[in-house]
Amino acid sequence: MTVLAVESLSVHYGVIQALKEVSFAVEEGEIFTLLGANGAGKTTTLRAISGLLPKTEGKVLFQGRDITTIPAHALPALGLVHVPEGRRIFSGLTVADNLLMGAYHRRDKQGIAEDLQNVYDLFPRLFERRKQDAGSLSGGEQQMLAMGRGLMSRPSLLLLDEPSMGLAPILVQEIFDFIKEINQRGTTILLVEQNAHLALQVSHKACVLETGRIALAGTARDVAADKRIQEVYLGVS
Amino acid sequence: MPWHIAALQQLINGLALGSVYALIALGYTMVYGIIKLINFAHGDIYMLGAYFGFYAITMLKLSLVPAMLVSMAAAALVGVLLERIAYRPLRSSSRIAVLITAIGASLLFQSTAQLVFGASFKPFPQALPFRRIQLGPVFITNRQLLIFGVAVLLMVLLHLIVNYTKVGKAMRAVAIDKEAALLMGVNIDRIISATFALGSALAAAAGILVGMYYNRIDPYMGMMPGLKAFVAAVLGGIGIVPGAVVGGLLMGVAENLVVTIGSSTLRDAVAFAVLIVVLLFRPNGLLGKKGIEKV
Ligand SMILES: Nc1ncnc2c1ncn2[C@@H]1O[C@H](COP(=O)(O)OP(=O)(O)O)[C@@H](O)[C@H]1O
Ligand SMILES: [Mg+2]
Repeated sequence: MTVLAVESLSVHYGVIQALKEVSFAVEEGEIFTLLGANGAGKTTTLRAISGLLPKTEGKVLFQGRDITTIPAHALPALGLVHVPEGRRIFSGLTVADNLLMGAYHRRDKQGIAEDLQNVYDLFPRLFERRKQDAGSLSGGEQQMLAMGRGLMSRPSLLLLDEPSMGLAPILVQEIFDFIKEINQRGTTILLVEQNAHLALQVSHKACVLETGRIALAGTARDVAADKRIQEVYLGVS
Repeated sequence: MPWHIAALQQLINGLALGSVYALIALGYTMVYGIIKLINFAHGDIYMLGAYFGFYAITMLKLSLVPAMLVSMAAAALVGVLLERIAYRPLRSSSRIAVLITAIGASLLFQSTAQLVFGASFKPFPQALPFRRIQLGPVFITNRQLLIFGVAVLLMVLLHLIVNYTKVGKAMRAVAIDKEAALLMGVNIDRIISATFALGSALAAAAGILVGMYYNRIDPYMGMMPGLKAFVAAVLGGIGIVPGAVVGGLLMGVAENLVVTIGSSTLRDAVAFAVLIVVLLFRPNGLLGKKGIEKV
């Protein structure tokens, strides 16, 4: 089943066109990676999907439903959750309160408590630091918190924007392990990454954005085998 | 009276008055924290609160506590409508446009109040017969105790709401990062409305307390306390809730101590002198973080 269908999505920032008729589809259960250089339009794509951009052209269907005009704050309740670039955790609130903000739209106390336990099981370090100010966490822990906060919404589709950005290499590997684990527990993931190497290893499908256009799309294996991708993104010569 | 006893007496007077400034300052600081707007009409909501209380007591024949609750609810509604009608359409406009609108709203409230309630002052009905309570060499009046008690009670309530309820946590999240809060499913408009409602209700309570304290209310009573409470909010660190309390109390005390030292004509000037001195050393206010203002 198609969870997310993006159809001819175009975005302008003033006179600059950041996205040009981008189309792709994410199937249930998969990790779909959007690759591309800095400024290619990856973040713009995610922001357009989650309703953060005021004016877009084209259509976004989530579980078959047109969500193009649904306000951003209504999407988590439908099951679409966006973990933004730069983590954007609430520093000043405790780790636990950050996680509970992720469940803001939910009323089922028991389900929330269960999911909180699940997040703590997945990220024991967040449990240890649950009473601390989220701003005091390290970069890797903040990324775990941002992903955990997203999971508290019980999403069927999780959008992750550059989760490995700015992290030390060992932590990057750890974050990718978590992404795999979250996916194996049943969440479909649309991943945006610059680290093409690791992203292609964990994902099922991928597409490459170049200055706002889709340059290449296919299974992760096909994309990884493409000559040009190997040269430009994977450093193989 | 020896000077230190006089000073102690003024400290008591200052704490009572300061707790009122703190109540008003909380509204300024909460609104600023969430939408970076200085709501210059906030002092007028305090004035309206005093009138709502006046009519609740004289026309609806309510006693003090129910009258205060009615006034707080009515002022909350006015605050919510003010934001809806005047500020929300300007949310993506320049700051100066919003500021001018706020000043315009303030003038509108004042002239409407003058038209509807009359320009001359009204004597505020007293809920308590006046009494002085002797505390060693100084005294405290039962009205001061009432003001201080009600103010502290409301501040404790606000603290509980902001820190322990879902809507309070959402307010803090929105103040920290609006877009991230949006991505959590927070309806930002509703949280902004709730913030205006809470701040306006506190201002209304302050209006009634001051009406009782000075025995009179008038359509322009919001100007000076509004300005001083704004200064108190900046003094404590605008956008920081405990800062408003500290700034308000400090402002009340400083103002009253000046009366002991010099003439009472300096009273209104002292607020601004304190502000300038504090901001010279701590540009982000007493409780503000050092360095760059948070986005
Ligand atoms: N708010 C904005 N205003 C104007 N231009 C923007 C804005 N955000 C992004 N851009 C431009 O749009 C293009 C795509 O940006 P972005 O989607 O952030 O790329 P990526 O996430 O792939 O690095 C870039 O050229 C960027 O400079
Ligand atoms: Mg980006």
